[in-house]
Amino acid sequence: MDLYRLTIHEAHELLTTGKISSVELTSAVFDRIEQVEDKVGAYITLVKDRAMAEAADADKVIRQGNGKPLTGIPIAIKDVLCTEGVRTTCGSRILKNFIPPYNSTVVDRLREARAVIIGKANMDEFAMGSSTEHSALTTTRNPWDLTRVPGGSSGGSAAAVAADECIGAIGTDTGGSIRQPASHCGVVGLKPTYGRISRFGLVAFASSLDQIGPITKDVTDCAILMNEICGYDPNDSTSVPREVPNYTKALQAGIKGLVVGMPKEYFSEGLDEDVAQSIDAAIKVIEGLGATCKYVSLPHTEQAVAVYYLIAPAEASSNLARYDGVRYGFRDNGAEELIQMYRDTRSKGFGPEVQRRIIIGTYALSAGYYDAYYGKASQVRTLIIQDFNQAFETCDVLLAPVAPTPAFKLGEKLDDPLAMYLSDIFTLPANLAGIAGVSVPCGFSRDGLPIGLQILSKHFDEEKLIRVAYNFEQETDFHAKRPEL
Amino acid sequence: MKITKEEVVHVTGLARLSLDDNDIELYTKQLGDILSYMDALNRIDTEGVPPTSHAIFINNAFREDEVEPSIPAGRALANAPESEDEGFVVPKVIG
Repeated sequence: MDLYRLTIHEAHELLTTGKISSVELTSAVFDRIEQVEDKVGAYITLVKDRAMAEAADADKVIRQGNGKPLTGIPIAIKDVLCTEGVRTTCGSRILKNFIPPYNSTVVDRLREARAVIIGKANMDEFAMGSSTEHSALTTTRNPWDLTRVPGGSSGGSAAAVAADECIGAIGTDTGGSIRQPASHCGVVGLKPTYGRISRFGLVAFASSLDQIGPITKDVTDCAILMNEICGYDPNDSTSVPREVPNYTKALQAGIKGLVVGMPKEYFSEGLDEDVAQSIDAAIKVIEGLGATCKYVSLPHTEQAVAVYYLIAPAEASSNLARYDGVRYGFRDNGAEELIQMYRDTRSKGFGPEVQRRIIIGTYALSAGYYDAYYGKASQVRTLIIQDFNQAFETCDVLLAPVAPTPAFKLGEKLDDPLAMYLSDIFTLPANLAGIAGVSVPCGFSRDGLPIGLQILSKHFDEEKLIRVAYNFEQETDFHAKRPEL
Repeated sequence: MKITKEEVVHVTGLARLSLDDNDIELYTKQLGDILSYMDALNRIDTEGVPPTSHAIFINNAFREDEVEPSIPAGRALANAPESEDEGFVVPKVIG
Protein backbone atom coordinates (compact mmCIF):
# COMPACT_ATOMS: atom_id res chain seq x y z
CA MET A 1 0.00 0.00 0.00
CA ASP A 2 1.31 3.47 -0.89
CA LEU A 3 0.73 5.28 2.38
CA TYR A 4 1.22 8.72 0.84
CA ARG A 5 -1.97 8.21 -1.18
CA LEU A 6 -4.13 8.07 1.94
CA THR A 7 -6.68 10.70 2.87
CA ILE A 8 -6.74 12.18 6.38
CA HIS A 9 -9.68 10.03 7.46
CA GLU A 10 -8.19 6.83 5.99
CA ALA A 11 -4.82 7.51 7.64
CA HIS A 12 -6.52 8.31 10.97
CA GLU A 13 -8.33 4.97 10.89
CA LEU A 14 -5.09 3.07 10.23
CA LEU A 15 -3.19 5.08 12.85
CA THR A 16 -5.71 4.59 15.65
CA THR A 17 -6.08 0.87 14.96
CA GLY A 18 -2.29 0.52 15.13
CA LYS A 19 -1.96 -0.74 11.54
CA ILE A 20 0.49 2.04 10.68
CA SER A 21 2.48 4.61 12.63
CA SER A 22 2.83 8.30 11.96
CA VAL A 23 6.57 7.77 11.55
CA GLU A 24 5.84 5.30 8.72
CA LEU A 25 3.27 7.58 7.17
CA THR A 26 5.48 10.66 7.41
CA SER A 27 8.46 8.76 5.96
CA ALA A 28 6.30 7.58 3.09
CA VAL A 29 5.29 11.16 2.34
CA PHE A 30 8.93 12.34 2.38
CA ASP A 31 9.89 9.43 0.08
CA ARG A 32 7.13 10.53 -2.26
CA ILE A 33 8.43 14.11 -2.12
CA GLU A 34 11.89 12.86 -3.00
CA GLN A 35 10.38 10.99 -5.94
CA VAL A 36 8.26 13.72 -7.54
CA GLU A 37 9.27 17.10 -6.13
CA ASP A 38 11.78 17.74 -8.92
CA LYS A 39 8.87 17.71 -11.34
CA VAL A 40 6.21 19.44 -9.24
CA GLY A 41 8.12 21.96 -7.12
CA ALA A 42 5.39 22.34 -4.52
CA TYR A 43 7.58 23.38 -1.60
CA ILE A 44 9.77 26.30 -0.64
CA THR A 45 10.97 24.74 2.62
CA LEU A 46 10.84 21.18 3.94
CA VAL A 47 11.42 20.40 7.62
CA LYS A 48 12.02 16.67 7.60
CA ASP A 49 13.88 16.37 10.91
CA ARG A 50 11.30 18.37 12.81
CA ALA A 51 8.49 16.49 11.10
CA MET A 52 9.93 13.07 11.98
CA ALA A 53 10.26 14.16 15.62
CA GLU A 54 6.65 15.41 15.60
CA ALA A 55 5.55 12.10 14.06
CA ALA A 56 7.29 10.15 16.83
CA ASP A 57 5.55 12.33 19.44
CA ALA A 58 2.22 11.79 17.70
CA ASP A 59 2.76 8.03 17.80
CA LYS A 60 3.17 8.21 21.59
CA VAL A 61 -0.08 10.17 21.91
CA ILE A 62 -1.88 7.64 19.71
CA ARG A 63 -0.51 4.69 21.68
CA GLN A 64 -1.88 6.32 24.85
CA GLY A 65 -5.27 6.33 23.16
CA ASN A 66 -5.40 10.12 22.86
CA GLY A 67 -5.21 10.41 19.07
CA LYS A 68 -7.45 13.07 17.51
CA PRO A 69 -8.50 13.16 13.84
CA LEU A 70 -5.33 15.06 12.83
CA THR A 71 -2.86 13.39 15.18
CA GLY A 72 0.15 12.19 13.23
CA ILE A 73 -1.18 13.44 9.86
CA PRO A 74 1.43 15.12 7.58
CA ILE A 75 0.19 18.58 6.59
CA ALA A 76 1.68 21.21 4.25
CA ILE A 77 1.35 24.89 5.15
CA LYS A 78 1.26 27.70 2.62
CA ASP A 79 4.36 29.80 3.19
CA VAL A 80 2.31 32.84 4.17
CA LEU A 81 1.47 31.50 7.65
CA CYS A 82 4.05 32.13 10.34
CA THR A 83 5.76 29.05 11.74
CA GLU A 84 7.92 29.64 14.80
CA GLY A 85 11.55 28.81 14.04
CA VAL A 86 10.81 27.82 10.41
CA ARG A 87 11.43 30.44 7.76
CA THR A 88 8.32 32.02 6.28
CA THR A 89 9.05 33.68 2.95
CA CYS A 90 5.67 34.55 1.38
CA GLY A 91 7.38 33.60 -1.87
CA SER A 92 9.32 36.86 -1.69
CA ARG A 93 12.97 37.84 -1.76
CA ILE A 94 12.19 40.45 0.87
CA LEU A 95 11.33 37.71 3.43
CA LYS A 96 13.67 35.06 2.06
CA ASN A 97 15.40 34.61 5.42
CA PHE A 98 12.61 35.63 7.79
CA ILE A 99 12.23 33.30 10.77
CA PRO A 100 9.04 34.12 12.69
CA PRO A 101 9.29 34.41 16.47
CA TYR A 102 5.77 32.95 16.90
CA ASN A 103 3.24 30.64 15.26
CA SER A 104 0.11 31.75 13.48
CA THR A 105 -3.01 30.66 15.37
CA VAL A 106 -3.88 28.10 12.68
CA VAL A 107 -0.44 26.51 12.97
CA ASP A 108 -0.76 26.51 16.78
CA ARG A 109 -4.09 24.72 16.49
CA LEU A 110 -2.66 22.13 14.12
CA ARG A 111 0.23 21.59 16.54
CA GLU A 112 -2.21 21.21 19.46
CA ALA A 113 -4.03 18.58 17.42
CA ARG A 114 -0.62 16.91 16.96
CA ALA A 115 -0.64 17.19 13.19
CA VAL A 116 2.81 16.82 11.62
CA ILE A 117 3.94 19.91 9.73
CA ILE A 118 6.13 18.79 6.86
CA GLY A 119 6.93 21.97 5.01
CA LYS A 120 6.03 25.33 3.62
CA ALA A 121 4.31 25.36 0.25
CA ASN A 122 5.09 27.63 -2.67
CA MET A 123 2.84 30.56 -3.57
CA ASP A 124 2.66 33.72 -5.61
CA GLU A 125 4.65 36.43 -3.87
CA PHE A 126 2.52 37.78 -1.00
CA ALA A 127 -0.35 35.70 -2.43
CA MET A 128 -0.66 38.08 -5.40
CA GLY A 129 -1.32 36.00 -8.47
CA SER A 130 -3.37 33.24 -10.05
CA SER A 131 -0.63 30.90 -11.24
CA THR A 132 2.10 30.71 -8.54
CA GLU A 133 4.46 32.03 -11.26
CA HIS A 134 4.99 35.17 -9.21
CA SER A 135 6.92 33.25 -6.56
CA ALA A 136 10.44 34.67 -6.36
CA LEU A 137 11.79 31.41 -4.97
CA THR A 138 10.71 28.41 -7.04
CA THR A 139 8.42 27.22 -9.85
CA THR A 140 5.45 24.97 -9.18
CA ARG A 141 4.04 22.87 -12.03
CA ASN A 142 0.60 21.35 -12.36
CA PRO A 143 0.90 17.64 -11.49
CA TRP A 144 -1.63 16.81 -14.23
CA ASP A 145 0.42 18.52 -16.94
CA LEU A 146 3.88 19.79 -16.09
CA THR A 147 3.72 22.45 -18.82
CA ARG A 148 0.82 24.13 -17.03
CA VAL A 149 0.38 26.28 -13.95
CA PRO A 150 -1.09 24.79 -10.77
CA GLY A 151 -3.22 27.91 -10.31
CA GLY A 152 -2.58 30.33 -7.51
CA SER A 153 -1.83 31.81 -5.25
CA SER A 154 -1.96 28.60 -3.10
CA GLY A 155 -0.50 26.64 -6.03
CA GLY A 156 2.11 24.86 -3.93
CA SER A 157 -0.49 23.63 -1.41
CA ALA A 158 -2.87 22.39 -4.13
CA ALA A 159 -0.11 20.74 -6.17
CA ALA A 160 1.28 19.06 -3.04
CA VAL A 161 -2.15 17.54 -2.29
CA ALA A 162 -2.72 16.46 -5.91
CA ALA A 163 0.75 14.90 -6.17
CA ASP A 164 0.35 13.11 -2.80
CA GLU A 165 3.29 15.11 -1.41
CA CYS A 166 1.25 15.63 1.78
CA ILE A 167 -1.96 14.22 3.20
CA GLY A 168 -3.68 17.59 3.52
CA ALA A 169 -2.76 21.26 3.21
CA ILE A 170 -3.59 24.76 4.35
CA GLY A 171 -3.99 27.61 1.87
CA THR A 172 -5.30 31.14 1.88
CA ASP A 173 -7.89 32.77 -0.35
CA THR A 174 -8.04 36.53 -0.95
CA GLY A 175 -9.65 36.41 -4.41
CA GLY A 176 -9.86 32.69 -5.18
CA SER A 177 -6.41 31.53 -4.10
CA ILE A 178 -7.72 28.32 -2.51
CA ARG A 179 -10.60 27.49 -4.86
CA GLN A 180 -8.86 28.16 -8.19
CA PRO A 181 -5.70 26.08 -7.59
CA ALA A 182 -7.87 23.33 -6.04
CA SER A 183 -9.92 23.35 -9.24
CA HIS A 184 -6.85 23.33 -11.50
CA CYS A 185 -5.23 20.49 -9.52
CA GLY A 186 -8.34 18.31 -9.08
CA VAL A 187 -8.60 18.55 -5.29
CA VAL A 188 -11.03 20.04 -2.75
CA GLY A 189 -10.47 23.60 -1.49
CA LEU A 190 -12.69 25.57 0.87
CA LYS A 191 -12.63 29.30 1.56
CA PRO A 192 -14.58 29.85 4.78
CA THR A 193 -16.60 32.91 5.67
CA TYR A 194 -14.50 35.97 6.49
CA GLY A 195 -13.99 35.90 10.26
CA ARG A 196 -14.52 32.13 10.63
CA ILE A 197 -10.78 31.48 11.08
CA SER A 198 -8.23 33.61 12.88
CA ARG A 199 -5.81 35.48 10.62
CA PHE A 200 -3.33 36.01 13.46
CA GLY A 201 0.11 35.20 12.11
CA LEU A 202 -1.09 35.20 8.51
CA VAL A 203 1.07 37.68 6.64
CA ALA A 204 -1.45 40.28 5.49
CA PHE A 205 -2.18 40.96 1.82
CA ALA A 206 -5.68 42.50 1.73
CA SER A 207 -7.02 42.45 5.26
CA SER A 208 -10.73 42.76 4.45
CA LEU A 209 -10.54 39.83 2.01
CA ASP A 210 -7.90 37.34 3.26
CA GLN A 211 -9.13 34.04 4.66
CA ILE A 212 -7.39 30.77 5.55
CA GLY A 213 -8.83 27.38 4.58
CA PRO A 214 -8.17 23.70 3.87
CA ILE A 215 -7.05 22.04 0.62
CA THR A 216 -7.64 18.29 0.73
CA LYS A 217 -8.08 15.06 -1.23
CA ASP A 218 -11.79 14.80 -0.43
CA VAL A 219 -14.67 16.61 1.28
CA THR A 220 -14.51 14.53 4.47
CA ASP A 221 -10.90 15.67 4.99
CA CYS A 222 -11.98 19.22 4.39
CA ALA A 223 -14.58 18.96 7.18
CA ILE A 224 -12.00 17.41 9.53
CA LEU A 225 -9.52 20.24 8.99
CA MET A 226 -12.28 22.85 9.35
CA ASN A 227 -13.16 21.42 12.78
CA GLU A 228 -9.63 22.08 13.98
CA ILE A 229 -8.83 25.49 12.50
CA CYS A 230 -12.10 27.43 12.83
CA GLY A 231 -13.14 29.61 15.73
CA TYR A 232 -12.69 32.89 17.53
CA ASP A 233 -9.24 34.05 18.53
CA PRO A 234 -8.69 37.02 20.86
CA ASN A 235 -5.55 37.81 18.84
CA ASP A 236 -7.64 38.58 15.73
CA SER A 237 -10.36 41.12 16.42
CA THR A 238 -11.95 40.36 13.04
CA SER A 239 -12.48 36.69 13.92
CA VAL A 240 -16.09 36.20 14.92
CA PRO A 241 -17.05 34.88 18.38
CA ARG A 242 -19.47 32.27 17.15
CA GLU A 243 -19.77 28.60 17.94
CA VAL A 244 -18.03 26.20 15.56
CA PRO A 245 -20.28 23.35 14.48
CA ASN A 246 -18.98 19.81 14.02
CA TYR A 247 -18.52 19.96 10.26
CA THR A 248 -18.23 16.19 9.89
CA LYS A 249 -21.89 15.96 10.97
CA ALA A 250 -22.75 17.81 7.77
CA LEU A 251 -21.54 14.72 5.90
CA GLN A 252 -24.57 12.77 7.00
CA ALA A 253 -27.55 14.63 5.57
CA GLY A 254 -28.83 14.44 2.00
CA ILE A 255 -29.69 17.44 -0.15
CA LYS A 256 -33.24 16.59 -1.15
CA GLY A 257 -35.36 19.74 -1.21
CA LEU A 258 -32.46 22.21 -1.18
CA VAL A 259 -32.81 25.11 -3.59
CA VAL A 260 -29.70 25.63 -5.67
CA GLY A 261 -29.15 28.79 -7.69
CA MET A 262 -27.09 29.09 -10.85
CA PRO A 263 -26.01 32.72 -11.34
CA LYS A 264 -26.58 33.24 -15.06
CA GLU A 265 -23.73 35.75 -15.30
CA TYR A 266 -21.32 32.88 -14.48
CA PHE A 267 -22.53 30.89 -17.49
CA SER A 268 -21.94 33.57 -20.08
CA GLU A 269 -19.91 33.53 -23.26
CA GLY A 270 -16.21 33.05 -22.76
CA LEU A 271 -16.70 30.01 -20.58
CA ASP A 272 -14.55 27.19 -21.94
CA GLU A 273 -16.64 24.48 -23.61
CA ASP A 274 -15.24 21.63 -21.49
CA VAL A 275 -15.78 23.63 -18.30
CA ALA A 276 -19.37 24.44 -19.33
CA GLN A 277 -20.10 20.77 -20.06
CA SER A 278 -18.65 19.57 -16.77
CA ILE A 279 -20.63 22.14 -14.79
CA ASP A 280 -23.84 21.25 -16.65
CA ALA A 281 -23.27 17.58 -15.89
CA ALA A 282 -22.62 18.45 -12.23
CA ILE A 283 -25.88 20.37 -12.04
CA LYS A 284 -27.72 17.29 -13.34
CA VAL A 285 -26.10 15.18 -10.60
CA ILE A 286 -27.20 17.70 -7.95
CA GLU A 287 -30.72 17.71 -9.41
CA GLY A 288 -30.69 13.92 -9.43
CA LEU A 289 -30.07 14.03 -5.67
CA GLY A 290 -33.37 15.85 -5.20
CA ALA A 291 -32.26 19.49 -5.12
CA THR A 292 -34.16 22.09 -7.12
CA CYS A 293 -31.92 24.04 -9.49
CA LYS A 294 -32.87 27.42 -10.89
CA TYR A 295 -31.19 30.37 -12.57
CA VAL A 296 -30.64 33.51 -10.53
CA SER A 297 -28.97 36.80 -11.35
CA LEU A 298 -25.97 38.50 -9.75
CA PRO A 299 -26.03 41.58 -11.96
CA HIS A 300 -22.76 43.14 -10.74
CA THR A 301 -20.58 40.08 -11.37
CA GLU A 302 -18.69 41.67 -14.22
CA GLN A 303 -17.67 44.63 -12.04
CA ALA A 304 -16.06 42.33 -9.45
CA VAL A 305 -12.73 42.31 -11.29
CA ALA A 306 -12.44 46.09 -11.29
CA VAL A 307 -13.66 46.38 -7.69
CA TYR A 308 -11.30 43.69 -6.44
CA TYR A 309 -8.25 44.95 -8.32
CA LEU A 310 -8.73 48.38 -6.75
CA ILE A 311 -9.60 47.33 -3.19
CA ALA A 312 -7.05 44.50 -2.83
CA PRO A 313 -4.08 46.56 -4.10
CA ALA A 314 -5.20 49.53 -1.99
CA GLU A 315 -5.15 47.39 1.15
CA ALA A 316 -1.92 45.71 0.02
CA SER A 317 -0.14 49.01 -0.56
CA SER A 318 -0.84 49.89 3.04
CA ASN A 319 -0.07 46.42 4.48
CA LEU A 320 3.20 46.10 2.59
CA ALA A 321 4.48 49.46 3.81
CA ARG A 322 5.97 47.53 6.74
CA TYR A 323 8.68 45.98 4.53
CA ASP A 324 11.20 48.76 4.84
CA GLY A 325 14.42 46.94 5.65
CA VAL A 326 14.37 48.05 9.28
CA ARG A 327 12.83 45.42 11.56
CA TYR A 328 13.03 42.21 9.55
CA GLY A 329 13.59 40.97 6.04
CA PHE A 330 15.99 42.03 3.34
CA ARG A 331 17.78 45.40 3.46
CA ASP A 332 19.76 46.90 0.60
CA ASN A 333 22.84 48.48 2.12
CA GLY A 334 23.84 50.66 -0.82
CA ALA A 335 22.18 53.90 0.33
CA GLU A 336 23.54 56.32 2.89
CA GLU A 337 20.27 57.86 3.95
CA LEU A 338 17.00 56.39 5.13
CA ILE A 339 14.49 57.18 2.37
CA GLN A 340 16.80 55.92 -0.35
CA MET A 341 17.42 52.77 1.72
CA TYR A 342 13.64 52.18 1.84
CA ARG A 343 13.33 52.64 -1.90
CA ASP A 344 16.29 50.44 -2.83
CA THR A 345 15.23 47.73 -0.38
CA ARG A 346 11.65 47.62 -1.61
CA SER A 347 12.49 47.75 -5.31
CA LYS A 348 15.05 44.99 -5.03
CA GLY A 349 13.05 42.97 -2.49
CA PHE A 350 9.63 42.94 -4.18
CA GLY A 351 8.98 41.27 -7.54
CA PRO A 352 7.23 42.99 -10.47
CA GLU A 353 3.63 41.94 -9.69
CA VAL A 354 3.87 43.10 -6.08
CA GLN A 355 5.34 46.44 -7.18
CA ARG A 356 2.63 46.79 -9.81
CA ARG A 357 -0.07 46.26 -7.19
CA ILE A 358 1.56 48.59 -4.67
CA ILE A 359 1.61 51.30 -7.34
CA ILE A 360 -2.04 50.69 -8.35
CA GLY A 361 -3.08 50.71 -4.70
CA THR A 362 -1.12 53.81 -3.84
CA TYR A 363 -2.57 55.55 -6.88
CA ALA A 364 -6.14 54.49 -6.02
CA LEU A 365 -5.74 55.91 -2.51
CA SER A 366 -3.86 59.08 -3.47
CA ALA A 367 -5.21 62.60 -3.22
CA GLY A 368 -7.42 63.44 -6.19
CA TYR A 369 -8.10 59.82 -7.15
CA TYR A 370 -9.44 58.33 -3.93
CA ASP A 371 -13.12 59.05 -4.68
CA ALA A 372 -12.92 57.98 -8.32
CA TYR A 373 -11.20 54.67 -7.61
CA TYR A 374 -11.15 53.36 -4.03
CA GLY A 375 -14.36 55.16 -3.04
CA LYS A 376 -16.25 54.04 -6.12
CA ALA A 377 -15.01 50.46 -5.79
CA SER A 378 -16.15 50.36 -2.15
CA GLN A 379 -19.65 51.44 -3.21
CA VAL A 380 -19.89 48.87 -6.01
CA ARG A 381 -18.70 46.29 -3.45
CA THR A 382 -21.90 47.05 -1.54
CA LEU A 383 -23.94 46.34 -4.69
CA ILE A 384 -22.15 42.99 -5.14
CA ILE A 385 -23.03 42.08 -1.54
CA GLN A 386 -26.66 43.09 -2.12
CA ASP A 387 -26.78 40.81 -5.19
CA PHE A 388 -25.71 37.85 -3.06
CA ASN A 389 -28.12 38.75 -0.24
CA GLN A 390 -30.96 38.74 -2.70
CA ALA A 391 -29.93 35.40 -4.25
CA PHE A 392 -29.64 33.75 -0.83
CA GLU A 393 -33.17 34.89 0.05
CA THR A 394 -34.46 32.11 -2.21
CA CYS A 395 -31.44 29.80 -2.58
CA ASP A 396 -29.60 27.60 -0.09
CA VAL A 397 -26.42 27.56 -2.13
CA LEU A 398 -25.17 28.77 -5.52
CA LEU A 399 -23.40 26.63 -8.11
CA ALA A 400 -20.89 28.03 -10.57
CA PRO A 401 -17.64 27.35 -12.35
CA VAL A 402 -14.46 28.18 -10.41
CA ALA A 403 -12.49 29.47 -13.38
CA PRO A 404 -13.41 30.18 -17.01
CA THR A 405 -10.83 27.68 -18.31
CA PRO A 406 -8.80 24.73 -17.00
CA ALA A 407 -5.16 25.41 -16.00
CA PHE A 408 -3.33 27.55 -18.53
CA LYS A 409 0.25 27.14 -19.77
CA LEU A 410 3.22 28.37 -17.76
CA GLY A 411 4.13 31.80 -19.12
CA GLU A 412 0.86 32.21 -21.03
CA LYS A 413 -0.45 35.20 -19.06
CA LEU A 414 2.71 36.41 -17.38
CA ASP A 415 3.20 39.45 -19.60
CA ASP A 416 -0.44 40.49 -19.56
CA PRO A 417 -1.47 41.28 -15.98
CA LEU A 418 -5.01 42.27 -16.96
CA ALA A 419 -5.61 38.90 -18.68
CA MET A 420 -4.42 37.17 -15.48
CA TYR A 421 -6.78 39.34 -13.39
CA LEU A 422 -9.76 38.57 -15.64
CA SER A 423 -9.29 34.83 -15.09
CA ASP A 424 -10.34 35.40 -11.44
CA ILE A 425 -13.82 36.68 -12.28
CA PHE A 426 -15.78 33.77 -10.76
CA THR A 427 -13.91 33.62 -7.47
CA LEU A 428 -13.46 37.31 -6.59
CA PRO A 429 -17.10 38.10 -5.72
CA ALA A 430 -17.17 35.68 -2.75
CA ASN A 431 -14.22 37.46 -1.13
CA LEU A 432 -15.74 40.88 -1.71
CA ALA A 433 -18.95 39.67 -0.01
CA GLY A 434 -17.12 37.69 2.70
CA ILE A 435 -19.18 34.56 1.94
CA ALA A 436 -17.95 30.95 1.91
CA GLY A 437 -17.11 28.88 -1.16
CA VAL A 438 -15.74 25.48 -2.00
CA SER A 439 -14.28 23.90 -5.12
CA VAL A 440 -14.88 20.18 -5.68
CA PRO A 441 -13.61 18.12 -8.64
CA CYS A 442 -16.40 17.76 -11.23
CA GLY A 443 -14.71 16.60 -14.42
CA PHE A 444 -11.78 16.69 -16.80
CA SER A 445 -11.19 18.58 -20.01
CA ARG A 446 -10.53 16.65 -23.21
CA ASP A 447 -6.83 17.30 -22.49
CA GLY A 448 -7.17 15.54 -19.16
CA LEU A 449 -7.06 18.68 -17.00
CA PRO A 450 -9.19 18.78 -13.84
CA ILE A 451 -12.23 21.04 -13.60
CA GLY A 452 -13.80 22.19 -10.34
CA LEU A 453 -17.37 22.97 -9.37
CA GLN A 454 -17.79 26.01 -7.13
CA ILE A 455 -20.46 25.99 -4.44
CA LEU A 456 -21.14 29.23 -2.57
CA SER A 457 -23.12 29.80 0.63
CA LYS A 458 -24.12 32.77 2.69
CA HIS A 459 -22.05 33.82 5.71
CA PHE A 460 -21.31 31.04 8.23
CA ASP A 461 -23.18 28.36 6.31
CA GLU A 462 -20.15 26.17 5.58
CA GLU A 463 -22.09 23.14 6.78
CA LYS A 464 -24.38 23.43 3.79
CA LEU A 465 -21.40 23.79 1.44
CA ILE A 466 -19.82 20.68 2.87
CA ARG A 467 -23.14 18.83 2.71
CA VAL A 468 -23.72 19.61 -0.96
CA ALA A 469 -20.09 18.98 -1.87
CA TYR A 470 -20.07 15.65 -0.05
CA ASN A 471 -23.28 14.43 -1.63
CA PHE A 472 -21.92 15.37 -5.04
CA GLU A 473 -18.63 13.63 -4.32
CA GLN A 474 -20.42 10.42 -3.31
CA GLU A 475 -22.10 10.32 -6.72
CA THR A 476 -18.91 10.87 -8.72
CA ASP A 477 -15.34 9.59 -8.75
CA PHE A 478 -13.39 12.59 -10.07
CA HIS A 479 -11.83 13.20 -6.65
CA ALA A 480 -10.41 9.68 -6.59
CA LYS A 481 -8.31 10.15 -9.74
CA ARG A 482 -4.64 11.04 -9.33
CA PRO A 483 -2.15 12.33 -11.87
CA GLU A 484 0.57 10.03 -13.17
CA LEU A 485 3.96 11.36 -12.21
CA MET B 1 -8.60 58.21 -17.13
CA LYS B 2 -5.15 57.60 -18.54
CA ILE B 3 -2.21 57.47 -16.14
CA THR B 4 0.82 59.50 -17.27
CA LYS B 5 4.51 58.71 -16.87
CA GLU B 6 4.84 61.63 -14.45
CA GLU B 7 2.05 60.20 -12.29
CA VAL B 8 3.70 56.79 -12.21
CA VAL B 9 6.97 58.44 -11.13
CA HIS B 10 5.10 60.41 -8.44
CA VAL B 11 3.23 57.39 -7.08
CA THR B 12 6.40 55.29 -7.15
CA GLY B 13 7.92 57.86 -4.82
CA LEU B 14 4.88 57.84 -2.51
CA ALA B 15 5.14 54.03 -2.35
CA ARG B 16 8.88 54.23 -1.56
CA LEU B 17 9.83 52.25 -4.64
CA SER B 18 12.33 53.19 -7.31
CA LEU B 19 11.91 52.09 -10.89
CA ASP B 20 14.31 52.49 -13.78
CA ASP B 21 13.23 54.15 -17.03
CA ASN B 22 12.33 50.87 -18.73
CA ASP B 23 10.10 49.82 -15.85
CA ILE B 24 8.44 53.25 -15.72
CA GLU B 25 7.65 52.88 -19.41
CA LEU B 26 6.29 49.33 -18.98
CA TYR B 27 4.26 50.11 -15.85
CA THR B 28 2.76 53.24 -17.39
CA LYS B 29 1.43 51.14 -20.23
CA GLN B 30 0.26 48.22 -18.05
CA LEU B 31 -1.34 50.47 -15.42
CA GLY B 32 -2.97 52.47 -18.19
CA ASP B 33 -4.63 49.31 -19.53
CA ILE B 34 -5.69 48.22 -16.06
CA LEU B 35 -7.08 51.63 -15.08
CA SER B 36 -8.96 51.94 -18.38
CA TYR B 37 -10.63 48.67 -17.51
CA MET B 38 -11.49 50.04 -14.04
CA ASP B 39 -13.17 53.04 -15.64
CA ALA B 40 -16.09 50.74 -16.48
CA LEU B 41 -17.13 51.21 -12.84
CA ASN B 42 -18.16 54.76 -13.72
CA ARG B 43 -21.08 53.34 -15.69
CA ILE B 44 -22.56 51.97 -12.45
CA ASP B 45 -24.96 54.27 -10.63
CA THR B 46 -23.84 54.40 -7.00
CA GLU B 47 -25.83 57.46 -5.97
CA GLY B 48 -26.64 57.03 -2.27
CA VAL B 49 -24.94 53.60 -2.01
CA PRO B 50 -22.87 53.34 1.19
CA PRO B 51 -19.30 52.08 0.76
CA THR B 52 -18.25 48.71 2.25
CA SER B 53 -14.86 48.39 3.87
CA HIS B 54 -15.58 45.15 5.71
CA ALA B 55 -18.07 42.44 4.69
CA ILE B 56 -18.77 41.09 8.18
CA PHE B 57 -20.20 43.52 10.67
CA ILE B 58 -18.25 43.56 13.93
CA ASN B 59 -18.69 46.52 16.23
CA ASN B 60 -16.27 47.47 18.98
CA ALA B 61 -14.16 44.35 19.42
CA PHE B 62 -13.11 45.33 22.94
CA ARG B 63 -11.07 43.40 25.45
CA GLU B 64 -9.98 44.09 29.01
CA ASP B 65 -6.97 46.38 29.14
CA GLU B 66 -4.68 43.91 30.86
CA VAL B 67 -0.96 43.62 30.45
CA GLU B 68 0.05 40.27 29.02
CA PRO B 69 3.48 38.87 28.24
CA SER B 70 4.88 39.70 24.83
CA ILE B 71 7.87 38.61 22.81
CA PRO B 72 11.14 39.54 24.55
CA ALA B 73 13.18 42.27 22.86
CA GLY B 74 15.96 39.90 21.86
CA ARG B 75 13.61 37.73 19.84
CA ALA B 76 11.84 40.71 18.33
CA LEU B 77 15.22 41.98 17.14
CA ALA B 78 16.44 38.61 15.90
CA ASN B 79 15.36 39.22 12.29
CA ALA B 80 16.62 42.82 12.12
CA PRO B 81 19.17 43.55 9.38
CA GLU B 82 21.06 45.59 11.96
CA SER B 83 20.43 46.13 15.67
CA GLU B 84 22.21 47.51 18.70
CA ASP B 85 21.26 47.09 22.36
CA GLU B 86 17.46 47.13 22.27
CA GLY B 87 17.02 49.10 19.05
CA PHE B 88 17.01 48.84 15.28
CA VAL B 89 19.86 50.58 13.50
CA VAL B 90 19.03 52.58 10.35
CA PRO B 91 21.03 54.84 8.03
CA LYS B 92 21.04 58.53 8.94
CA VAL B 93 17.65 60.22 8.69
CA ILE B 94 18.75 63.85 8.44
CA GLY B 95 21.76 64.72 6.28
